[in-house]
Amino acid sequence: MASHSHSDKHEHITSYKTYLIVWAALMVLTVITVYVSYVDFGTMNVVIAMAVASIKAALVALFFMHLKFEDSITWVFALFPLGLLFLLITMTFVDTFTRVVVP
Amino acid sequence: MAEAGIDQSHDHHMDPATEYSSSKLGMWLFLGTEILLFGGLFAAYAIFHARYPEMFYEQHLELNRTMGAINTCVLIFSSLTMAMGVSAIKWGKQKTAAILILITIICGLTFGVVKYFEYSAKFSHHIYPDTSIFFSLYFLMTGLHMIHVFIGLGILAVVFVLTLKGKFNAKYNTPIEMGGLYWHLVDLIWIYLFPLLYLIG
Repeated sequence: MASHSHSDKHEHITSYKTYLIVWAALMVLTVITVYVSYVDFGTMNVVIAMAVASIKAALVALFFMHLKFEDSITWVFALFPLGLLFLLITMTFVDTFTRVVVP
Repeated sequence: MAEAGIDQSHDHHMDPATEYSSSKLGMWLFLGTEILLFGGLFAAYAIFHARYPEMFYEQHLELNRTMGAINTCVLIFSSLTMAMGVSAIKWGKQKTAAILILITIICGLTFGVVKYFEYSAKFSHHIYPDTSIFFSLYFLMTGLHMIHVFIGLGILAVVFVLTLKGKFNAKYNTPIEMGGLYWHLVDLIWIYLFPLLYLIG
């Protein structure tokens, strides 16, 4: 491995075509989530909305933010805060809803 | 690899590859702190939504779904042009990159204008942050997001001018890529704010 600047070290440049496909998928998902919100699925509405949002977020992170082509240390940096966020929300839930005296 | 002759008395830069990868890691680390900054508000939203589902449902109907949906499309489109701008500069196309960054900036400004009309409509209906927990969260979350849009626009404006001046090329374009990552995060957060506030309430 001779001297490599970042541009010749397995750098991946995403094509316009790929970005346009991802964008089209994001638009379709946006239409779906808006459409579903007008239909009453009860508590499933929240689940569907969050599932669609997460698919959209994953598409943005993987392609627009290039995460799909990054090394494992970048993945660790990207996913670690999500673990903390999960802890933050679940622990707050557990705390608030197990109190005898509701604040 | 110029190991020999490193002069400690000078402010040596890292070699380009290390500089690039550490910039990227630093950026992702920073984005993590941003996610957790919004995370506090997401946690608050989850708790109060679970506690007062009817109030959240009734009050979210006050929000303008069409405006929210338009802004979602505007922001997603701006993310597309930003991503394409990064590809363009990596292929050495400075002019194309500059145009794409400019379109991104225009989309960001459009987002701000739509949000301005939304806020004005709320105020004219006497809806303020102290109206209810729902609107408190609405103004806080969209307000904090709006601040991020403005910071992003500032970064992109600098990057745009530097691109026009020809500072970036196929070999060196880290600021465009990092500015892009920040802009995508702004989009990412809105992707959650839109359904949470406008669609489920």
